[in-house]
Amino acid sequence: MISFEGVTKRFGAWTAVDNLSLTVAAGEFRVLIGPSGSGKSTVLRMMNRLIAPDAGTIRVEGEDIARLKPETLRRRMGYVIQSVGLFPHWTVERNIAAVPDLLGWPRARVRDRVTELLTLLNLDPERYRGAYPHELSGGQQQRVGVARALAAEPHILLMDEPFSALDPITRGALQAEMAAIHTATGTTIVFVTHDMDEALALASRIAILDRGRLVQSGTPLDILTDPADDRVRDLVGREEWGLKRLAVETVAERTRPGETAPGDPLAAGASLRQALAAMVARGTDRLPVADGQGRPMGALHLADLLRGPDRS
Amino acid sequence: MRRLRSLLTDRLALGLLVLAALVLGMPALKPLFAAAFPALDRPLYEADGFLALTLDHLALAGGASLIAVLLGGAAGIAVTRPFGREFRGILDAVAAMGQTFPPVAVLAVSVPVLGFGPAPALIALTLYGLLPIVENTVAGLESVPEPVREAARGMGMGPGALLWRVELPLAAPVILAGVRTAAVVNLGTAAIASTVGAKTLGLPIIVGLNGSNPAYVIQGAVIVAALAVVLDAGFDRLAARLTRWRPNAV
Repeated sequence: MISFEGVTKRFGAWTAVDNLSLTVAAGEFRVLIGPSGSGKSTVLRMMNRLIAPDAGTIRVEGEDIARLKPETLRRRMGYVIQSVGLFPHWTVERNIAAVPDLLGWPRARVRDRVTELLTLLNLDPERYRGAYPHELSGGQQQRVGVARALAAEPHILLMDEPFSALDPITRGALQAEMAAIHTATGTTIVFVTHDMDEALALASRIAILDRGRLVQSGTPLDILTDPADDRVRDLVGREEWGLKRLAVETVAERTRPGETAPGDPLAAGASLRQALAAMVARGTDRLPVADGQGRPMGALHLADLLRGPDRS
Repeated sequence: MRRLRSLLTDRLALGLLVLAALVLGMPALKPLFAAAFPALDRPLYEADGFLALTLDHLALAGGASLIAVLLGGAAGIAVTRPFGREFRGILDAVAAMGQTFPPVAVLAVSVPVLGFGPAPALIALTLYGLLPIVENTVAGLESVPEPVREAARGMGMGPGALLWRVELPLAAPVILAGVRTAAVVNLGTAAIASTVGAKTLGLPIIVGLNGSNPAYVIQGAVIVAALAVVLDAGFDRLAARLTRWRPNAV
């Protein structure tokens, strides 16, 4: 879907991206993470040609993007930034309609799409479509920012620390919505963050960057169980490593089918970390598990959490 | 009753009403001026119609303002584009010079070149209006938040779409304030243009001053004042319209 081959970018004497090769597969939720100055935002901004590389080739859906018109390329990708950048003189509806308008969609189709997206992002369409950005909270503004990026049904969504400026509760809600949107639409997402918990929660694959180079690339579980070096160990946190590992696996993966246990059931989609928290809170070492429809699935034992991850 | 009240509290409507009454009804005030200035043989300026003078006055001030908007706006846009950035200093200097020159001096300098008539007046007023328009265009465009620009570029707006759909609408209230300054100054200064032979509402004022006829002076001056009130109210209306999206929009 997206590939970097030997890409280098210098700003004066500073090498922001150093001979980087990286691929993002179709449908992946790819998180780029690293300390500040690691080049992660530069990598993202090279994908839609906001920054031009000094050397190397970047391909998107097989095409060398240096040969595409930047505007054409960008209209095929959604772009969400930390500071949102909504157009303050346009209503929510017109903001979301920006790219469809540039592409010349018919008015009725644009209107339907706006309704659909506001609903998808949990904003009441009738209440918010006519509102101006200054009338919205920070979280609502970024919801509109995400809706605007998704408006023209892009195959690729680029997100540059989109939730870093939000309070933890709003951030958590938006992360859950992004995960749901990714599952529902299958859009390839490239997501830059410096927050390892966010990366572990959202990514199907993580790329860890440091000083413009790729340090490690793999699934959240790979990163946690097989860190490439000390820099990665620092990023995943030495003290909280165990909790982070529990956070990347779901209850369903460790449930003993058919068994029963007393108490309110855990959701199968909850993380093992949430399961551990529930066990501690309720003072029990066994909890029942229910699937998405609330049907009993089995039980989870504390001992099941202590096993090593199932690696197939 | 209600309509009358809303008319009386609407500055623009009221101003237009007073202006129309003064321009068209000045001859009817002749007995009033005769009574106020019994020593004058001719208490009413009758060499030109007030309607014609007002229209000429507006054409001169409006024309100069329009040219200043086009030139100043284009220059302000150009120096905020990547290709024009290095001309920013020169433009600031030129526009500031235009403002420091008193209009009378520009008139005096341009008469030997262009002769008497509206042409030197038009040039003087245009130069005079440039500075506020250039300055406010640049300030307005520079006030557009960088994230907004980045989001616009990132979603695939080209330089033209970015300018027309995003930057200019966001800069419009600030640019409008500059246009307002230029227009108000031009409206007043256009009266002086009568000294070089342009027909404006300055004509009765200058003739009145030269011939010790205060009635002429008053007749020219009240219409200029009424024009200024209408212009000001009109710009207020326009500014409110352009800033509806702002947090504290009226």
